[in-house]
Amino acid sequence: MNTHRRLVNPRPRLARSLAALLLGMVAWLSLPGTTGIAVAQSQSQPAREAPTPAASLLPTQAERERFHALAEELRCLVCQNQTLADSDAALAADLRREVEELMLAGRSDDEIKAYLVQRYGDFVLYRPPLQRNTWLLWLGPFVLLLVGATVWWRVQRAHRAGLRPADAGAGASVPAASASGGPGTAAARGGARTPEPQPASDADLERARRLLD
Amino acid sequence: MKALRFILPAVVFAVIAWFLLAGLDRNPRDIPSPLIGKPAPDFSLPVTHDLARTWSPQALRGKVWLLNVWGSWCSACQVEHPVLNDLARSGEIPIVGLAWKDMPENSIAWLRRLGNPYSVVVSDVQGRVGIDYGVYGAPETFLIDGAGIIRYKHVGPVTPELLQQKLLPLARELAAS
Repeated sequence: MNTHRRLVNPRPRLARSLAALLLGMVAWLSLPGTTGIAVAQSQSQPAREAPTPAASLLPTQAERERFHALAEELRCLVCQNQTLADSDAALAADLRREVEELMLAGRSDDEIKAYLVQRYGDFVLYRPPLQRNTWLLWLGPFVLLLVGATVWWRVQRAHRAGLRPADAGAGASVPAASASGGPGTAAARGGARTPEPQPASDADLERARRLLD
Repeated sequence: MKALRFILPAVVFAVIAWFLLAGLDRNPRDIPSPLIGKPAPDFSLPVTHDLARTWSPQALRGKVWLLNVWGSWCSACQVEHPVLNDLARSGEIPIVGLAWKDMPENSIAWLRRLGNPYSVVVSDVQGRVGIDYGVYGAPETFLIDGAGIIRYKHVGPVTPELLQQKLLPLARELAAS
Protein backbone atom coordinates (compact mmCIF):
# COMPACT_ATOMS: atom_id res chain seq x y z
CA MET A 1 0.00 0.00 0.00
CA ASN A 2 3.03 2.22 -0.07
CA THR A 3 1.86 3.34 -3.51
CA HIS A 4 -1.09 5.09 -1.92
CA ARG A 5 1.12 6.74 0.58
CA ARG A 6 3.45 8.11 -2.03
CA LEU A 7 0.58 9.61 -3.96
CA VAL A 8 -1.08 11.04 -0.90
CA ASN A 9 2.03 12.79 0.34
CA PRO A 10 2.73 15.68 -2.03
CA ARG A 11 6.05 16.63 -0.54
CA PRO A 12 8.23 14.00 -2.21
CA ARG A 13 6.66 15.10 -5.48
CA LEU A 14 7.67 18.64 -4.68
CA ALA A 15 11.17 17.50 -3.87
CA ARG A 16 11.40 15.51 -7.09
CA SER A 17 10.27 18.49 -9.10
CA LEU A 18 12.89 20.55 -7.34
CA ALA A 19 15.50 17.94 -8.16
CA ALA A 20 14.59 18.00 -11.83
CA LEU A 21 14.72 21.77 -11.82
CA LEU A 22 18.16 21.78 -10.23
CA LEU A 23 19.41 19.25 -12.71
CA GLY A 24 18.29 21.45 -15.59
CA MET A 25 19.92 24.48 -14.09
CA VAL A 26 23.17 22.70 -13.39
CA ALA A 27 23.26 21.61 -17.02
CA TRP A 28 22.53 25.16 -18.08
CA LEU A 29 25.20 26.70 -15.94
CA SER A 30 27.88 24.25 -16.86
CA LEU A 31 30.56 25.80 -18.94
CA PRO A 32 30.24 26.17 -22.70
CA GLY A 33 31.24 23.13 -24.63
CA THR A 34 29.77 20.75 -22.14
CA THR A 35 26.31 21.38 -23.56
CA GLY A 36 27.18 19.02 -26.35
CA ILE A 37 25.17 20.94 -28.93
CA ALA A 38 26.86 20.88 -32.29
CA VAL A 39 26.99 24.31 -33.87
CA ALA A 40 28.31 25.08 -37.31
CA GLN A 41 31.85 26.29 -36.95
CA SER A 42 32.13 29.95 -37.80
CA GLN A 43 35.89 30.10 -37.47
CA SER A 44 38.72 28.47 -39.32
CA GLN A 45 41.61 26.66 -37.76
CA PRO A 46 45.16 26.90 -39.00
CA ALA A 47 46.36 23.83 -40.79
CA ARG A 48 49.33 22.09 -39.35
CA GLU A 49 52.22 23.74 -41.08
CA ALA A 50 54.90 21.46 -39.76
CA PRO A 51 54.80 17.85 -38.65
CA THR A 52 54.17 17.41 -34.95
CA PRO A 53 57.09 18.79 -32.98
CA ALA A 54 57.37 15.43 -31.30
CA ALA A 55 60.60 16.19 -29.54
CA SER A 56 59.79 17.60 -26.12
CA LEU A 57 61.80 20.57 -24.95
CA LEU A 58 61.93 19.02 -21.54
CA PRO A 59 65.14 17.18 -20.76
CA THR A 60 64.18 14.90 -17.88
CA GLN A 61 61.58 12.19 -17.52
CA ALA A 62 60.28 13.79 -14.33
CA GLU A 63 59.66 17.06 -16.14
CA ARG A 64 57.90 15.29 -18.97
CA GLU A 65 55.68 13.55 -16.47
CA ARG A 66 54.89 16.83 -14.76
CA PHE A 67 54.10 18.34 -18.16
CA HIS A 68 51.79 15.48 -19.02
CA ALA A 69 49.91 15.73 -15.72
CA LEU A 70 49.48 19.45 -16.29
CA ALA A 71 48.37 19.07 -19.91
CA GLU A 72 45.72 16.59 -18.77
CA GLU A 73 44.20 19.36 -16.62
CA LEU A 74 43.98 21.81 -19.50
CA ARG A 75 41.31 21.90 -22.13
CA CYS A 76 41.97 22.27 -25.82
CA LEU A 77 40.23 25.45 -27.00
CA VAL A 78 39.49 24.12 -30.47
CA CYS A 79 38.36 20.55 -29.92
CA GLN A 80 36.53 21.33 -26.76
CA ASN A 81 36.17 17.87 -25.35
CA GLN A 82 39.83 16.98 -25.52
CA THR A 83 42.63 17.83 -23.18
CA LEU A 84 45.63 19.76 -24.31
CA ALA A 85 47.60 16.55 -24.02
CA ASP A 86 45.32 14.60 -26.34
CA SER A 87 44.55 17.20 -28.97
CA ASP A 88 46.10 17.21 -32.37
CA ALA A 89 44.99 20.75 -33.23
CA ALA A 90 47.63 23.25 -34.28
CA LEU A 91 46.68 25.62 -31.49
CA ALA A 92 46.97 22.84 -28.93
CA ALA A 93 50.48 22.11 -30.18
CA ASP A 94 51.34 25.80 -29.79
CA LEU A 95 49.94 25.85 -26.29
CA ARG A 96 51.82 22.68 -25.33
CA ARG A 97 55.01 24.32 -26.49
CA GLU A 98 54.09 27.42 -24.51
CA VAL A 99 53.51 25.33 -21.38
CA GLU A 100 56.85 23.56 -21.86
CA GLU A 101 58.65 26.86 -22.20
CA LEU A 102 56.98 28.24 -19.10
CA MET A 103 58.06 25.12 -17.21
CA LEU A 104 61.62 25.60 -18.39
CA ALA A 105 61.39 29.20 -17.24
CA GLY A 106 60.77 27.80 -13.77
CA ARG A 107 57.10 28.64 -13.41
CA SER A 108 54.97 26.54 -11.09
CA ASP A 109 51.90 24.61 -12.26
CA ASP A 110 49.63 27.22 -10.68
CA GLU A 111 51.46 30.03 -12.41
CA ILE A 112 51.16 28.28 -15.75
CA LYS A 113 47.45 27.72 -15.22
CA ALA A 114 47.02 31.37 -14.24
CA TYR A 115 48.89 32.37 -17.39
CA LEU A 116 46.44 30.45 -19.56
CA VAL A 117 43.35 31.51 -17.59
CA GLN A 118 44.40 35.13 -18.00
CA ARG A 119 44.27 34.66 -21.78
CA TYR A 120 41.56 32.09 -22.36
CA GLY A 121 39.47 32.26 -19.21
CA ASP A 122 38.41 29.50 -16.82
CA PHE A 123 37.33 27.51 -19.83
CA VAL A 124 40.85 26.13 -20.26
CA LEU A 125 40.67 24.43 -16.89
CA TYR A 126 39.06 21.02 -16.83
CA ARG A 127 38.46 21.62 -13.16
CA PRO A 128 36.91 25.08 -12.94
CA PRO A 129 37.54 26.85 -9.64
CA LEU A 130 34.77 27.13 -7.07
CA GLN A 131 33.51 30.69 -7.45
CA ARG A 132 30.32 32.71 -7.80
CA ASN A 133 29.35 31.41 -11.24
CA THR A 134 30.37 27.80 -10.61
CA TRP A 135 29.12 27.01 -7.12
CA LEU A 136 25.93 25.45 -8.46
CA LEU A 137 27.99 23.36 -10.85
CA TRP A 138 30.10 22.08 -7.99
CA LEU A 139 27.46 21.80 -5.27
CA GLY A 140 24.47 20.91 -7.46
CA PRO A 141 25.15 17.16 -7.45
CA PHE A 142 25.42 17.16 -3.67
CA VAL A 143 22.22 19.15 -3.36
CA LEU A 144 20.52 16.61 -5.64
CA LEU A 145 21.90 13.79 -3.52
CA LEU A 146 20.50 15.47 -0.43
CA VAL A 147 17.11 15.95 -2.08
CA GLY A 148 17.11 12.31 -3.17
CA ALA A 149 18.06 11.13 0.30
CA THR A 150 15.30 13.27 1.81
CA VAL A 151 12.72 11.84 -0.58
CA TRP A 152 13.85 8.32 0.14
CA TRP A 153 13.81 8.93 3.89
CA ARG A 154 10.32 10.46 3.77
CA VAL A 155 8.94 7.65 1.67
CA GLN A 156 10.45 5.09 4.01
CA ARG A 157 9.13 6.86 7.05
CA ALA A 158 5.69 7.30 5.55
CA HIS A 159 5.68 3.66 4.57
CA ARG A 160 6.73 2.44 8.01
CA ALA A 161 4.45 4.78 9.93
CA GLY A 162 1.50 4.34 7.60
CA LEU A 163 1.53 0.61 7.07
CA ARG A 164 -0.73 -0.51 9.92
CA PRO A 165 -3.18 2.37 10.46
CA ALA A 166 -3.35 3.23 6.77
CA ASP A 167 -4.33 -0.34 5.88
CA ALA A 168 -7.60 0.10 7.64
CA GLY A 169 -8.22 3.35 5.79
CA ALA A 170 -7.21 1.93 2.45
CA GLY A 171 -9.36 -1.13 2.99
CA ALA A 172 -12.33 1.02 3.86
CA SER A 173 -12.02 3.10 0.76
CA VAL A 174 -11.81 0.14 -1.58
CA PRO A 175 -15.54 -0.66 -1.73
CA ALA A 176 -16.23 2.89 -2.85
CA ALA A 177 -13.98 2.37 -5.80
CA SER A 178 -15.43 -1.05 -6.59
CA ALA A 179 -18.29 0.71 -8.32
CA SER A 180 -15.97 1.12 -11.24
CA GLY A 181 -15.10 -2.51 -10.72
CA GLY A 182 -12.08 -4.19 -12.20
CA PRO A 183 -9.98 -7.17 -11.33
CA GLY A 184 -7.64 -5.07 -9.22
CA THR A 185 -10.21 -4.55 -6.48
CA ALA A 186 -10.14 -8.02 -5.04
CA ALA A 187 -6.41 -8.19 -5.29
CA ALA A 188 -6.05 -4.88 -3.51
CA ARG A 189 -8.41 -5.94 -0.75
CA GLY A 190 -6.43 -9.10 -0.39
CA GLY A 191 -3.26 -7.06 -0.48
CA ALA A 192 -4.32 -5.15 2.60
CA ARG A 193 -4.39 -8.40 4.54
CA THR A 194 -1.25 -9.84 3.08
CA PRO A 195 1.69 -9.24 5.40
CA GLU A 196 4.02 -8.39 2.49
CA PRO A 197 2.95 -5.50 0.27
CA GLN A 198 2.88 -6.42 -3.40
CA PRO A 199 4.47 -4.16 -5.98
CA ALA A 200 1.81 -1.91 -7.47
CA SER A 201 0.64 -2.76 -10.95
CA ASP A 202 -0.40 -0.10 -13.47
CA ALA A 203 -4.00 -0.89 -12.73
CA ASP A 204 -3.37 -0.26 -9.02
CA LEU A 205 -1.77 3.08 -9.73
CA GLU A 206 -4.60 4.13 -12.01
CA ARG A 207 -7.15 3.18 -9.38
CA ALA A 208 -5.23 5.01 -6.68
CA ARG A 209 -5.22 8.11 -8.83
CA ARG A 210 -8.95 7.87 -9.33
CA LEU A 211 -9.47 7.48 -5.61
CA LEU A 212 -7.49 10.58 -4.86
CA ASP A 213 -9.36 12.73 -7.28
CA MET B 1 -3.01 20.43 -2.89
CA LYS B 2 -4.80 18.62 -5.69
CA ALA B 3 -4.26 21.54 -8.08
CA LEU B 4 -0.58 21.58 -7.18
CA ARG B 5 -0.24 18.06 -8.57
CA PHE B 6 -0.95 19.44 -12.03
CA ILE B 7 0.45 22.92 -11.81
CA LEU B 8 3.78 21.94 -10.34
CA PRO B 9 4.86 19.49 -13.06
CA ALA B 10 3.67 22.00 -15.66
CA VAL B 11 5.76 24.74 -14.08
CA VAL B 12 8.78 22.46 -13.80
CA PHE B 13 8.32 21.43 -17.40
CA ALA B 14 8.06 25.04 -18.52
CA VAL B 15 11.21 26.03 -16.67
CA ILE B 16 13.23 23.10 -18.01
CA ALA B 17 11.85 23.62 -21.51
CA TRP B 18 12.86 27.27 -21.35
CA PHE B 19 16.40 26.35 -20.31
CA LEU B 20 16.72 23.77 -23.06
CA LEU B 21 15.19 26.04 -25.70
CA ALA B 22 17.41 28.98 -24.81
CA GLY B 23 20.35 26.58 -24.76
CA LEU B 24 19.84 25.88 -28.45
CA ASP B 25 20.90 29.41 -29.28
CA ARG B 26 24.02 29.27 -27.20
CA ASN B 27 27.14 28.69 -29.24
CA PRO B 28 29.45 26.44 -27.22
CA ARG B 29 32.34 27.77 -29.29
CA ASP B 30 31.75 31.26 -27.96
CA ILE B 31 34.19 31.27 -25.10
CA PRO B 32 33.83 34.48 -23.11
CA SER B 33 37.12 36.34 -23.21
CA PRO B 34 38.62 37.33 -19.88
CA LEU B 35 40.37 40.19 -21.69
CA ILE B 36 37.32 42.43 -22.08
CA GLY B 37 37.91 45.57 -20.05
CA LYS B 38 41.61 44.74 -19.68
CA PRO B 39 44.54 46.43 -21.40
CA ALA B 40 45.28 44.99 -24.83
CA PRO B 41 48.52 42.99 -24.52
CA ASP B 42 51.41 44.94 -25.95
CA PHE B 43 53.51 43.44 -28.70
CA SER B 44 56.07 44.33 -31.29
CA LEU B 45 55.74 42.43 -34.55
CA PRO B 46 57.22 42.78 -38.04
CA VAL B 47 55.10 44.68 -40.52
CA THR B 48 54.02 42.18 -43.15
CA HIS B 49 54.72 44.44 -46.12
CA ASP B 50 58.08 45.61 -44.72
CA LEU B 51 59.48 42.93 -42.43
CA ALA B 52 62.41 45.08 -41.37
CA ARG B 53 60.01 47.40 -39.54
CA THR B 54 58.12 46.52 -36.42
CA TRP B 55 54.78 47.82 -35.25
CA SER B 56 53.30 48.06 -31.78
CA PRO B 57 49.79 48.99 -30.59
CA GLN B 58 51.37 51.99 -28.86
CA ALA B 59 51.23 53.66 -32.28
CA LEU B 60 47.45 53.91 -32.01
CA ARG B 61 47.23 55.31 -28.47
CA GLY B 62 44.43 57.81 -28.26
CA LYS B 63 42.52 56.22 -31.12
CA VAL B 64 39.71 53.69 -31.19
CA TRP B 65 40.70 50.88 -33.51
CA LEU B 66 39.97 47.32 -34.57
CA LEU B 67 42.38 44.44 -34.37
CA ASN B 68 41.38 41.77 -36.87
CA VAL B 69 42.98 38.35 -36.52
CA TRP B 70 43.10 36.52 -39.83
CA GLY B 71 45.24 34.27 -42.00
CA SER B 72 45.48 33.46 -45.67
CA TRP B 73 44.64 29.84 -44.79
CA CYS B 74 41.40 30.95 -43.17
CA SER B 75 38.29 30.41 -45.27
CA ALA B 76 35.96 32.18 -42.85
CA CYS B 77 38.15 35.27 -43.21
CA GLN B 78 37.25 35.48 -46.88
CA VAL B 79 33.62 35.72 -45.84
CA GLU B 80 34.17 38.82 -43.75
CA HIS B 81 36.75 40.40 -46.01
CA PRO B 82 34.31 42.43 -48.20
CA VAL B 83 32.77 43.83 -45.01
CA LEU B 84 36.18 45.00 -43.83
CA ASN B 85 36.96 46.45 -47.27
CA ASP B 86 33.75 48.49 -47.11
CA LEU B 87 34.55 49.66 -43.62
CA ALA B 88 38.05 50.70 -44.67
CA ARG B 89 36.61 52.72 -47.56
CA SER B 90 34.39 54.62 -45.14
CA GLY B 91 37.56 55.50 -43.22
CA GLU B 92 35.65 55.51 -39.97
CA ILE B 93 37.98 53.38 -37.90
CA PRO B 94 41.52 52.09 -38.41
CA ILE B 95 41.70 48.31 -38.85
CA VAL B 96 44.92 46.56 -37.95
CA GLY B 97 45.42 43.09 -39.39
CA LEU B 98 47.14 40.42 -37.35
CA ALA B 99 48.25 37.77 -39.85
CA TRP B 100 48.06 34.88 -37.42
CA LYS B 101 50.15 31.78 -38.05
CA ASP B 102 50.62 32.84 -41.64
CA MET B 103 53.70 33.29 -43.81
CA PRO B 104 54.11 36.95 -44.87
CA GLU B 105 54.31 36.07 -48.59
CA ASN B 106 51.00 34.20 -48.35
CA SER B 107 49.39 37.09 -46.50
CA ILE B 108 50.56 39.58 -49.11
CA ALA B 109 49.36 37.44 -52.04
CA TRP B 110 45.96 37.06 -50.37
CA LEU B 111 45.59 40.80 -49.78
CA ARG B 112 46.61 41.55 -53.35
CA ARG B 113 43.88 39.23 -54.56
CA LEU B 114 41.06 40.30 -52.22
CA GLY B 115 41.98 43.88 -51.34
CA ASN B 116 43.71 45.32 -48.30
CA PRO B 117 41.43 46.98 -45.75
CA TYR B 118 44.16 47.26 -43.12
CA SER B 119 45.95 50.40 -41.99
CA VAL B 120 48.81 48.08 -41.15
CA VAL B 121 49.28 44.33 -41.19
CA VAL B 122 51.65 42.61 -38.78
CA SER B 123 52.84 39.01 -39.04
CA ASP B 124 52.49 36.69 -36.07
CA VAL B 125 54.03 33.66 -37.72
CA GLN B 126 54.49 31.67 -34.50
CA GLY B 127 51.10 32.62 -33.10
CA ARG B 128 52.60 33.96 -29.87
CA VAL B 129 50.71 37.24 -29.89
CA GLY B 130 47.59 35.28 -30.77
CA ILE B 131 48.02 33.34 -27.52
CA ASP B 132 48.43 36.60 -25.57
CA TYR B 133 45.13 37.76 -27.02
CA GLY B 134 43.45 34.44 -26.25
CA VAL B 135 42.87 33.75 -29.93
CA TYR B 136 41.61 30.24 -30.62
CA GLY B 137 40.60 30.49 -34.25
CA ALA B 138 40.28 32.98 -37.05
CA PRO B 139 38.76 35.40 -37.66
CA GLU B 140 38.52 37.20 -34.35
CA THR B 141 38.06 40.93 -34.00
CA PHE B 142 38.90 43.14 -31.02
CA LEU B 143 37.70 46.68 -30.44
CA ILE B 144 40.35 48.64 -28.56
CA ASP B 145 39.81 52.13 -27.15
CA GLY B 146 42.10 55.14 -26.92
CA ALA B 147 43.45 54.05 -23.55
CA GLY B 148 44.43 50.70 -25.02
CA ILE B 149 41.65 48.78 -23.29
CA ILE B 150 39.91 45.90 -25.08
CA ARG B 151 36.23 46.81 -25.16
CA TYR B 152 34.70 44.12 -27.31
CA LYS B 153 35.66 40.84 -28.90
CA HIS B 154 33.89 39.13 -31.75
CA VAL B 155 34.57 35.51 -32.66
CA GLY B 156 33.86 34.53 -36.26
CA PRO B 157 33.32 36.65 -39.36
CA VAL B 158 32.30 40.28 -38.90
CA THR B 159 28.89 40.82 -40.49
CA PRO B 160 27.39 44.12 -41.69
CA GLU B 161 24.74 43.74 -38.96
CA LEU B 162 27.31 43.33 -36.23
CA LEU B 163 29.20 46.32 -37.56
CA GLN B 164 26.18 48.61 -37.75
CA GLN B 165 24.43 47.47 -34.62
CA LYS B 166 27.29 46.82 -32.26
CA LEU B 167 30.86 47.59 -33.26
CA LEU B 168 30.46 51.05 -34.82
CA PRO B 169 28.00 52.45 -32.24
CA LEU B 170 30.33 51.25 -29.49
CA ALA B 171 33.36 52.71 -31.28
CA ARG B 172 31.60 56.08 -31.67
CA GLU B 173 30.63 56.05 -28.03
CA LEU B 174 34.22 55.31 -27.02
CA ALA B 175 35.63 57.94 -29.34
CA ALA B 176 33.25 60.55 -27.87
CA SER B 177 34.13 59.86 -24.27
